[in-house]
Amino acid sequence: MSYRRKLCMRDMVNVMKPKDEILANLKRNFILDILKKGKRVDGRKFYEYRSIEVQQGVIKKAEGSALVKIGETEVLAGVKLSIGSPYPDTPNEGALIINTELIPLASVAFEPGPPDENSIELSRVVDRALREGEVLDLEGLCITEGEKVWLVYVDIYTLNYDGNLIDACCLAAVSALMDARFPKLEDDKIIYEEKTSKRLPIKNYPLEVTYAKIGEHIVLDPCYEEEEIMDARITFGIKQDDTICAIQKGGRGSFKPDEILNLYEDAVEKAKFLRSFLNI
Amino acid sequence: MKIGKPERMIINGKRLDGRGLYDLRPIKMRVGVLKNADGSSYLEWGGNKILCAVHGPRELHPKHLAKPDKAMLRCIYSMATFSVKERKKPGPDRRSIELSKVIREALENVIFLHLFPQTVIDVYIKVLQSDGGTRCASIVAASLALADAGIPMKDLVSACAAGKVDGEIVLDLFEIEDNYGEADLPVAIVPKTGEIVLLQMDGNLTKDEFKKALDLAISGAMKVYELQKKTLYERYGERYETER
Repeated sequence: MSYRRKLCMRDMVNVMKPKDEILANLKRNFILDILKKGKRVDGRKFYEYRSIEVQQGVIKKAEGSALVKIGETEVLAGVKLSIGSPYPDTPNEGALIINTELIPLASVAFEPGPPDENSIELSRVVDRALREGEVLDLEGLCITEGEKVWLVYVDIYTLNYDGNLIDACCLAAVSALMDARFPKLEDDKIIYEEKTSKRLPIKNYPLEVTYAKIGEHIVLDPCYEEEEIMDARITFGIKQDDTICAIQKGGRGSFKPDEILNLYEDAVEKAKFLRSFLNI
Repeated sequence: MKIGKPERMIINGKRLDGRGLYDLRPIKMRVGVLKNADGSSYLEWGGNKILCAVHGPRELHPKHLAKPDKAMLRCIYSMATFSVKERKKPGPDRRSIELSKVIREALENVIFLHLFPQTVIDVYIKVLQSDGGTRCASIVAASLALADAGIPMKDLVSACAAGKVDGEIVLDLFEIEDNYGEADLPVAIVPKTGEIVLLQMDGNLTKDEFKKALDLAISGAMKVYELQKKTLYERYGERYETER
């Protein structure tokens, strides 16, 4: 942890001097030096997650919820259900609406106001894995074909930012969907106070695994300091049958094709590891 | 099952637009098409029509955003309201904000931004007509326009998508395949170094399919790269030869 404390002191200097390009470079060199020794700023191995905690049912008013911690990164996902009409091209399917937001309480780097490109990217990448990975059987959300279907809203809030929000948000979303129960339905009206024991029709368990590239080094689950200075980032969405359902590369750096194929193989194992926290 | 999905999208090894599995759509490129821009390009890739303009390096406003050690790159991808079936609401939506970001990051990899500190380079991409695969086409158009503007780069960026349709891995998906296919994998590369600077995927692929699609997309991008070089040579080759 001493490495991280040193970086913290650099952060204080950072606040005093708004032109932080030079300091960012210093930080980068500092982290690169540690990586060259085969270590990371928080003492982890390159392909190792921080400690993970998943807690379901933390919000009683929600139909389902989950609090996920990866190291100091903390996100909260909640599921709310309502009834609506289906899309015209899918009359017998319900809808899954996922939104993720970077809120200012999570970090000094996040500002209030309309979502910026980072927030939008995060939201869309999490949505992509769950949608393309078909986390829910949408036909199982149909009440009357062409008229009434369940709309499932998953909203994810970042509570504390310490890097790798993508993996945390995706894990929280799947966990909250697993926790969710249908509320009671009476004459097509929802009685939110009374939950039934019926679960959502979960079809797949897609989870996202993110790596950061710093110089020539690739590390799993980047923490804040690593994310701040990384060259590139790659996220894989992996389902329980080891197939891939989403990818997003970010950052101005690049990956070689071999690196991507190797990381894909590692991501399959890491997704299995993440799934163990969902007890599946 | 989605309404409107064609029953089959590959019949006897031919796709709905008559192409084979590994064929690119016809591509036409031009550079220097806009007078006011410092660099510009026009690209027709199948049914996609894309216009791109580059302004800069120029002074950045507001000034406090300027970076002391390099130029800032701004990139705006936007679709014309009439470029799609149902009129698109003007202004940036979440999709175009994300695409602008990934396109910018891909281009940042090749431009020598440190040569122009305190300035900004603006890249404006307008999709006039869309037919699937606009992000790849946009990157190709943008790197041509940057070259046309004379901005120093380590290489052009080239791009192409591969995907899965009716269980087959295919190259360069058009709109119907994009909407109803099983997977879409857009890839942008720096051809000289073989680095991948943009990679996204949605859909469903096994490990072998992914590997095949990645290789196919890279080979498609290499073909597009040859066209890009040819286009620039046709425009500037003579001048280059005489000045040498």
